[in-house]
Amino acid sequence: MSPLLEVTGLRVTFPTAAGPARAVDGISFTLDRGKTLALVGESGCGKSLTALSLLRLVPPPGVIEAGSSIRLDGKDLLALDPEPLRQVRGKRIGMVFQDPMTSLNPVFTVGDQIAEGIRAHEKVSRREAWARAVALLQEVGIPDPVTRSWSYPHQMSGGMRQRVMIAIALSCRPDLLVADEPTTALDVTVQAQILELLDRLRDERGMAVLLITHDLGIVAGRADRVAVMYAGRIVEEAPTTALFRHPTHPYTQGLFASMPRLSATRDRLVPIKGNVPPATAWPPGCRFHPRCPSAMPECVTDPPLLAVESEHTMSCWLGTTIRK
Amino acid sequence: MLKGAWEQPGGRRGLLLLAVIVIVALVGPAFLPDPASQPDLIHGALLPPGLGHLFGTDQLSRDVLSRVVHGARISLSVALLAVALSATLGCLVGMVAGYFGGWTDAVLMRLVDGALAIPRLFILLLLIAVWDHIPLAALIVVLGATGWFGTSRLVRAEVLRLREQEYVGAAVALGAQRRRIILRHLLPNALAPVLVASTLAVGDVILIEAGLSFLGLGIRPPTPSWGAMILDARSTLFTAPWTGAFPGLAIVITVVAVNLVGESLRDALDPRRL
Repeated sequence: MSPLLEVTGLRVTFPTAAGPARAVDGISFTLDRGKTLALVGESGCGKSLTALSLLRLVPPPGVIEAGSSIRLDGKDLLALDPEPLRQVRGKRIGMVFQDPMTSLNPVFTVGDQIAEGIRAHEKVSRREAWARAVALLQEVGIPDPVTRSWSYPHQMSGGMRQRVMIAIALSCRPDLLVADEPTTALDVTVQAQILELLDRLRDERGMAVLLITHDLGIVAGRADRVAVMYAGRIVEEAPTTALFRHPTHPYTQGLFASMPRLSATRDRLVPIKGNVPPATAWPPGCRFHPRCPSAMPECVTDPPLLAVESEHTMSCWLGTTIRK
Repeated sequence: MLKGAWEQPGGRRGLLLLAVIVIVALVGPAFLPDPASQPDLIHGALLPPGLGHLFGTDQLSRDVLSRVVHGARISLSVALLAVALSATLGCLVGMVAGYFGGWTDAVLMRLVDGALAIPRLFILLLLIAVWDHIPLAALIVVLGATGWFGTSRLVRAEVLRLREQEYVGAAVALGAQRRRIILRHLLPNALAPVLVASTLAVGDVILIEAGLSFLGLGIRPPTPSWGAMILDARSTLFTAPWTGAFPGLAIVITVVAVNLVGESLRDALDPRRL
């Protein structure tokens, strides 16, 4: 069976005064039903932009370059006209945004907003849409959903609102849920609850989840696969367990080294030196080489994509020398 | 929102005052003589305030109280309808300019800039000059059509701000149609400042209407109007001051009430003001 989502050679460019900024530069990945893929990377690496591209919501003046391909069930999303595209948004692909405090309209009740999502895609009566909204609130674990459906967003906590956002994203039973940093704005215990909720819903509904995050801690134990992004490219992609056991790319290793661990004996974290270069001035070849502790002369040319193990790939010259 | 205004001392006074005026304007005429009837031109004219005529009578022996109360009906309904029209027009233009942006925005806003550069009274006089005797409906339309320029800028600014709100982006991501975005996500959130501006505009329109009627250009006799009553009272102002004083007082009280409500609404809706 072909994968649910297939992204090939995705490039997103912003025209700037300093020349075109290719914020996403040739990203490819696939995602199957019932699986979770995590896109991990630091701020500005293009992970959110990748998520927005799936719904063609790249903020202007940014454009998805020709030659990119995003296929959902084999159908090219980049070729869709506005009306079919609108029907994909929300109906086939649901999206959960980062900040639940600002993602809900303050002047309508949450039940109303969930019902709105349903009625945007299905011809159902107001009453029926409302009944489904209440059922969804129940499903995302909001106690007393009948009463809560009449609450306004400001009457709810951040965790509750994020549950509402998830309910809205799920309202039309999408095949793919894109969660862009769904827990960044929440505190740690609520984070865990929300992530568990996403896991449970994925398993119950057999949908695919694309989880965008900067936090490797969130990824462990939740995602099936992880793709690590740096400066607009995927540098390493692997099943979660394999990545955590053998991070291979120097950038991934750097991320792990800069993460606090309970078992660690050393008392200082090792940061990655330097900063992410701006998208207008990506360094040639491997984009990480100016910051890479194991940089070599070859690094100024594009590194090859290497298979570390089956299903574990990375692009770094280091792999070739080891093999030699 | 009215609750917010009620909680301010000025707002409470204004709302109570306005409620009294509206109730009197609604039920008062049932208990009062016909404002146009001239019972006794010889002996009933220019009677001072007394038991028979609480506000006295004018030079045509008409009951001043009855005319003031009927005038309240006219003034309030003209002002409310005109403001409703200008608020609608302002929302429409501001929405379009703010949402579509670019050339649409530039053209519309330059037109509004131009219109704002001309005094409103001047535009009104030009428009009213078309008629020999302006019908009430036309007066309302003309007042409404000259009052929306400021509102449209207000709405445009709000839409520019709201357009970037995450819930608007979220609605797009959920496949909401453009009409839905505009009507549900942008308009309701942009209404608070429009409400405040419109309330204050009611006071302005009452004054402008009274002014036009006083100049003999607005509402004409026999329809009772505060401005026209003051015009009629000019000749008798020293011998029978009640003919002009009561409609004048009515204008002042009504405008003060409306402005108190408007200002307290503004304070209640704007968290930046203390």
